[in-house]
This record gives sequence, structure tokens and C-alpha cells, in this order.
Amino acid sequence: MNETLQQIKERFQEAVAVESGRDGDVVVMADTRSARGALLEVIGKLRDLGFTVLTDLAGIDYLQYPIQQPGRFAVTYILSDLKRRQRVRLKAYVGAQDPVLPSVTHLWQAANWLERECWDQFGIRFEGHPNLKRLLNHHEFVGHPLRKDYPMRSRQPLSENDSLMDEMVVRLRQKGLLLPGIEAQLATPGVRVSDHGEEAAPGSPSFGARGGAASAAVVERITALPGVLGEPEFYRDLHTELMFLNIGPSHPATHGTLRALVALDGETIMAAVGEIGYLHRGFEKSTEVQTYNGVIPYTDRLNYVSAMMNNFAYCKTIEKLLDIETTERTKAIRVVIAELSRIVDHLVCIGANLVDLGALTNYWYLFNVREKAYDIFDRLTGARLTNSYGRIGGLARDFYPGCGDDILRVLKETEKAIADVEQLISHNRILLDRLTGISAVTAEEALSRGWTGPLLRASGVDYDVRKAFPYDGYEQYDFEIPTGTVGDTYDRFFIRFYEMAQSARIIRQALAKMPAGPIFPDVKTAALPPKDDTYNNIEGLMNHFKLIFEGVKVPPGELYDSYEAANGELGFLVVADGSGKPFRNRCRPPSLLAYAAFPEIIEGHMIADAIATLGGLNIIAGELDR
Amino acid sequence: MLERFLTLPAPIMGTIAAILVVFAVVLPAAMFMVLWERIFLGKLTQRPGPNRVGPRGLLQTAADALKLLSKEDFDPKNADHALFYWAPVFFMLPSFLVYAVVPFGKFGGSYGPALISDLRVGLFFIVAVFSIHTVAIMMAGWGSNNKYSLLGGIRGVAQAISYELPLVFSFLGVILLTGSLSTVRIVEAQSGGVWNWYIVAQPVAFLVYLVCSIAEVNRVPFDIPEAESELVSGYNTEYSGMRFAMFFLAEYASLFATSAIAVTVFLGGWTAPFPEPAVITQSPLGYFVWSAFWFAFKVFGLITLAIWIRGTLPRLRADQLMNFAWKFLVPVVLANVFATGLLGFVVKSGNGLGSWWPVALGTWLALGGWLVLGWATAPKAERRKVAY
Repeated sequence: MNETLQQIKERFQEAVAVESGRDGDVVVMADTRSARGALLEVIGKLRDLGFTVLTDLAGIDYLQYPIQQPGRFAVTYILSDLKRRQRVRLKAYVGAQDPVLPSVTHLWQAANWLERECWDQFGIRFEGHPNLKRLLNHHEFVGHPLRKDYPMRSRQPLSENDSLMDEMVVRLRQKGLLLPGIEAQLATPGVRVSDHGEEAAPGSPSFGARGGAASAAVVERITALPGVLGEPEFYRDLHTELMFLNIGPSHPATHGTLRALVALDGETIMAAVGEIGYLHRGFEKSTEVQTYNGVIPYTDRLNYVSAMMNNFAYCKTIEKLLDIETTERTKAIRVVIAELSRIVDHLVCIGANLVDLGALTNYWYLFNVREKAYDIFDRLTGARLTNSYGRIGGLARDFYPGCGDDILRVLKETEKAIADVEQLISHNRILLDRLTGISAVTAEEALSRGWTGPLLRASGVDYDVRKAFPYDGYEQYDFEIPTGTVGDTYDRFFIRFYEMAQSARIIRQALAKMPAGPIFPDVKTAALPPKDDTYNNIEGLMNHFKLIFEGVKVPPGELYDSYEAANGELGFLVVADGSGKPFRNRCRPPSLLAYAAFPEIIEGHMIADAIATLGGLNIIAGELDR
Repeated sequence: MLERFLTLPAPIMGTIAAILVVFAVVLPAAMFMVLWERIFLGKLTQRPGPNRVGPRGLLQTAADALKLLSKEDFDPKNADHALFYWAPVFFMLPSFLVYAVVPFGKFGGSYGPALISDLRVGLFFIVAVFSIHTVAIMMAGWGSNNKYSLLGGIRGVAQAISYELPLVFSFLGVILLTGSLSTVRIVEAQSGGVWNWYIVAQPVAFLVYLVCSIAEVNRVPFDIPEAESELVSGYNTEYSGMRFAMFFLAEYASLFATSAIAVTVFLGGWTAPFPEPAVITQSPLGYFVWSAFWFAFKVFGLITLAIWIRGTLPRLRADQLMNFAWKFLVPVVLANVFATGLLGFVVKSGNGLGSWWPVALGTWLALGGWLVLGWATAPKAERRKVAY
């Protein structure tokens, strides 16, 4: 425990307990009125102490947890100090009766969607949240699925689209685009603009339906009133009105999974709001009934462009919970495969972004070499896209003979393709004009939005989990963290080229000194026994049987661990209860926080810019919606 | 029926025959262009291109056309049906009307050039007819009752109007030098070899025309009315089946047409790039084959160039596209007209290179100077360095 936390402990006495976890210090807030009252103060204090970034915010439902807890729910805030490379996990307990906590949206923009998700999944309200509305689940959905008493296999018929006009009206008002007078007319009975969450009882059946009806009425009213929406002074004679346009989900650039409702003046986006959840499949809930190793295929489907990085990120967290150290060979293989996956991910991002910009040719230049990398993955893991290569404590299998040479060969071809594409685009006036100065995000803003990975680095913050919290032996490799200067689409686009070069450097180093040896440590509780033992030895057979059927037994405990995935910090907050299945498996997806910012950063730009920005953010819906 | 046709006066008969020939050539040519684009673009993008339907994939476009023909002709419920129905027709119309004045060859000896009608206002006709496209795009965009279509339609209109202006002005230099709007007169003025082609005297006009013609036919980098990744499919989002095929084919017919116009106006039309021997020019049919070959060859080359551009450049943004037209192309082409008029007036002594050389020299010097100046003053580190 460091001194600063000691100060907090002394200051707040009973309300706060400070523990030491395997992932750093843990500040625990009791489930009392005074503790809840002190929460904002404690968070403010931690912020002053340097924990300036809200990395994650997630709920935990301790119903049925074997160890008695001070309250049924706990909201976990992961706060990071990027300068001193420290993290603190703050747990605020809250009881089952009307769970409510103060919102931290005024401190971090990232908290907005994270708190919405927490409300959606657990029914924990956040007082002072500007728009506490469901995020991942459909707005007609009844109940809060991540609560332990929500049945695993229940189905609900959901049909009505969310017009999003309720959010749009709020946004238009913020931007000063609603004319005076409309306010009063919208406030007539039966038409509520932003009533989500605040009055509705958690889990009440009428909750979703009311939201939908209200928005429909708002739309009707707005479209019925001529000249009601804002006209800039300049256009007043033209009597133009804003046009509302849904960009997505059925749109070539949003791939059926993202949606942004935009208010257009000509082609300029004056206001925008976003909606997600089209690919929400309950990753976190589903994994609660799988054994620890059985979760790995689910993690493939998070960021399916670089599936193996998710495997490794998840395995790394469980290994930390189990307190086992992977072998040197496994570490090196993980580094090689992860960096190759990063290259593949960036190739896809750049290629897709260029297609969205109309530069088709580059797409095939990049995707052809990606296919060659996939050939290696195919041969190594048996699958091209969803590889499930990681295992807790090790890997599904060792490198095949000559794998390293294959990787070096593909790396060389990839570098050639990247050089070709750079030649095609890097001095192209059209492309530069399209990218420069679009949707610039300052470093402070990016930190407040919880951005990580290439997006944060494009804004000029050299935060990289591989350097800040080294794992898998990254500290022994010589590589640099490229950073951008302005944080516009240009930086977000080109930084990926530099990152790929660094990844290639790491791969070459790791392959050059690839250690020999086994891929599993000699830990009977996690690693499967050798096949010979399984077939010829009763203990080996039993060990195998128990590991497969009951899963790897993880002792009770919880921790947050992170991994530098291609899109940023991929974190897992895992709560273990001693059984072979995770009690709670929270995934911190980098794409969620990236997309949360999207509607706001495209305002003031044109539709074409919004598409370019979206490509630069590299939103992977599997990870965004989980 | 046939008897009545045969008793028609010879000029009318000839015209009808020419129209039939044009249709028989242009439609398959457009289909062939689709195929060629797919093959060439495939090669550019490291793909095999069509190789399944027919020998070496040659029947791919035919199969696509069949597929589109057999698809449902979908009509959105809330569309403006009249506009929605007629838009593809109006879109296709100008692409074919233009061929009326484009000479695609010449019969040898005392016979005249091969074209439907040698209008004295040929270039004017081309420009007038081509602007029908704008109406059709707006009809499709508005009639579909779809916001993406509408945006595409508006983009298309804005783009067509902006780029038609420099396109028309790019003809003016040539018209000044020839003294005629007739396409046949323009081609004849360029006969005798590549140095007589107007691309030599009017390089700036040619480049401007090339840019504008790509914008006219909505191809990359000026495909913003369709802009698939932004506007789904722009003005033709709601179209399906044959109606979509009409848009699609018309775009290639237009590409064919703009290339044919470029060849006619700037690249010597049907003439060979070197002085033609009398033995060929005297043979009526022989010279037709010869001249038609050169014409087709040049058109093919320009189309290939357009495909190449498509494989190279990204799409412009709508406002950048407008800025480029109004703030760059229009002033440049106006300066070209002014310079041509001035220099042509000062040294005017008949047709041929003899009278052009001041114009040619002036524009080439200006072009070269601009390139050098642009090269020298361009911001060197256009690309921001990402810091380490």
C-alpha cells in the first residue's frame, strides 16, 4: 500500500478499506450511506493523486458468491496512473434494495457509456448521469441480464426500433440548434424528452416501452412543426431545416452493427447520437457457465480480426489469478503470434479504411498478405479466423516445424505490400486532404474518453500496456511506441503503419531467440497431463478428466488485468469463486470507448469525414457489443 | 414494310443504317468495357478478374446482364413513380444521343466521314445533350424517396453543373483554332500526324477535359454521387434489376462517349498519328477499316486510362471537389481560352501547325512553368512525421 492510499484510508476511516491485490491496490467502499456519500470525494482524491484515467467501470453481482460480501452489488472502477504506471481498483458496494451510486460522468467522458452499460446489465442507477439509458440490450428489454438471478436462457421478443430522437433532442438543445419555443411545445404532457432511467423502476416491464413511445411522439411533434429546428442566421432566408439521417446499421461502412443518427445541414453533421448493441450476444453472461478453458472460443469472437490476442489476454488474466508463470517458450510464441495478429489487424483497418475512402486497390494489396498470414494461423491452429490458440497456462499446441521461417517469409511479403501501399497513398493529395484535420482529439480529451491503443497514441500519449505493465517478456524486446501529434484521422491512420514496423521488429527479435522447452509449466492444476499419462496412468486420466469436465479450479479472488490488443487496452476483470467456471468475467473492450466518442467527434464535419473517422477508429463490433 | 423502307430517300436511309450500326456497336462495346474494366482492374489489384463464365470469363458481363434482367424490378412504395420510372431512361438517352455527331471513321476516296449527322453545331450539341444526365440523376435521387438517394442526387447535380463549365470552356480553345463547331471539321483540321492533333496546341484544355469527363461520368475519384461507402449507392440506391442495369450500362456508354469525344476533339479522331499513305486514303472501304481502327484504338486507350485512374486514386470529398472545379479548373481553362484567343489572333495564318505554334508554345511553357513552380513551392513535408 503506498502512502497516498494510506492518506485516503485515514481520511475516510470506516467508509474505506484499502487492501492489496495481485493487480495492485484495492480501495473498498462499504455499502453504507456515508460511504456512498464519500465515493465522489474518494474518487476525486484518487484523481488528485495521479489516477487520472478511468480505465474501466463494471458491475459485479455477488448473489450466490461463496464468500460473504458487504453488499450484493459492487461497482468496480479501474483507475490508472499512466505516468507512474500504477492502477488502483476501487470497489463500491451497493445493496440490493434500489442500488444507486453517484455518477462520475462529470469527471470522465468515458463514464457515460460505461455507466449506461452497468445500468443496463445490473440495474445499478447512477445519480446525475445525463442519459441513463440501456446501451447493449434492446430498449424494450425487461430486466438486467448480468444479475445472477436473471435466467441464462430466457428469451424476449423485441421488435420496435429506437428512434433515438429522445437523445437527439437533448443533443440539439446542447448545441443550441433548437429554437426557443420548441422547448415548451415538447414539454407538453405525454411527450417526455429524456425520462430514461430516472423515474422508471429497475426491471419494471413498462420501462422500455415508455422510452420508445416517447421518442416516437417527439419525432411526430418535431416533424409537424415547421421551422422548428435550428437555422443558422446565415441560412434564415432559405428556410432550411435539419435533415435526420440514420447512418447505419444498414450501411456499407457500418457493416450492419453500428448506428449513428445524424442531423444534417446540407452534408455537414450538426449533431449526432449513436446506438450500439446490434451484435450483443451476452459474452459476459455466456462465459459464466463455461469452464475457464471453455471461454477461450468466446474470446475469439471479441475482436475477431486478431482473435488470438483476445485468447492470450484472457489466459493471462486467469494465469495471474492462478498465480502460475508460463514457460519462456510460451511467452515468446505468444509475443510472435500476438504481434503478427496486430499486423493483421492493422492491415485490415488500413485496408478497410482506404476502401471507405474509395481507394480500392490498396485493399487487395493488404488483404492478400493477410491471407498469407492466415495460412500460417491455419496451419498452426487449424482455423483461419477464430483460432482459439491460447490455453490457460500455455497454448493449444507448439509451433510446427518451420513455422518461424514461414512467419519471417510472410513478414517480408507484408513489408513489401505495406511499402507499396505507402507509395500509393502517402503523397496522394486527395487522401491527405481527406484525412488531415478531421475529427481531431486532444490528448486530454482522449484520456477522458478512456481511449487506449493506437487512438490514444495518435493523440500524443505514449501509453502502451506492453511498456507500462510489461508481460510475456516484452521488457526484453527493443521497440518503440510511435505517437501522433494532432490526434486527427490522419494520425490515427498513419500511426498503424509505424506500429506494424515495430511489431515486425519484435517478431524478428522474438524468433531470433526463441527458447526451447515445453509450452506448459509443470502445474498439474492447470496443464493437461501428457497424452501418454492420460492413456496409461489412472492419475493422469483422472487429472485430464477433471480438468476437462470441471475446468481449471481457480481459487476465490478477483483482479483486473490488461493486454495491449490491436485496438488498445483489452482488459478482463475476472471474479473467481473457487469453481471451474468464472463467477464474473468482465471484458473491457477498447472499441466501446472509441465508438462512444464517435458521434461527438464527427459533429461539424461532413458525412464523408464521418466515414473516414469511423474507419480510423477501427471499431470491431464483436468486441464493441460483446 | 421493307419496301417502304427501301423507297426512302438515300440520306435518310443512310442515317437509319448509321443509327443501327451505332447501336450495334455501342451496346456491346459498353458491355465489353465492363468486362475489360473488371479484367484490367483485377490485374491492377492483384486479383484474377472474371475467369469462370465462358472461355476465360468472356461471358461474364452477358451473364450479369441476364441476371439483372431476370431480377425483380423493385419499386419503393412511397417513391414518385413517374420520376422513378423515367430516370434510367433519361440517364441512358444522352449517352447514346452523343454518338450522333461523333465521327467514328471515314470512307476513303471521295466518300465522306462515317457518322450519323455532321451537325454544324456538333460540339454544342454534345454539351447540350450531356447535361440531360443531370436531370436524370436528380429525378432518380428525388423520385426514390430515400435520403441517401437524395443526397446522391444533389451531389450529382452540384458536380455536373460545376464540371460542365470547365468542360465547355475546354472546347473553346479548339473551336477558336478550328473556327468551327463541326466535329468533322475539327477532326479534318487535325489530320496529317500526331503533331497536328489539338492535344499539342491545347494540352491544358485536354487535361481539363479529361478531369471533367471523369467527373461527368461519375467515376473515381469523382464518384461522389454514388460513393458506396458514404451514401450506400447514392442516387441509384433504390434501383434493382433492369432499371439498375440501365444506369450501369449508361455509365459505361457515357465513358465510351466522353472518350470518343476526347479522341475527336483532341486526339485527331479517326486519323492515324502519322501521315497516311495515299494508297489507303483512296480505298473507300479500306480507309474506313483503317480509320475506324485508329478511332477505336484511341478510345480504348483513354478508357484504359480511366480504369487506371480508378485503380489508383481515392475519392474526393464533396466540398473539395467543388473547390477544385471552381477555384482551379475554371480559372485555368479561362486563362487557356484567353491565351489561345490572344496568341491565335496575333499569329493567324491558316490551318495546321504553322498557325498554332505560338499557342502550343505558350501553353506548353505555361504548363511546364506551373509544374516546375508547383514542384518547387509544394510543402515538402506534406506528411507529418509521427514522433517516436
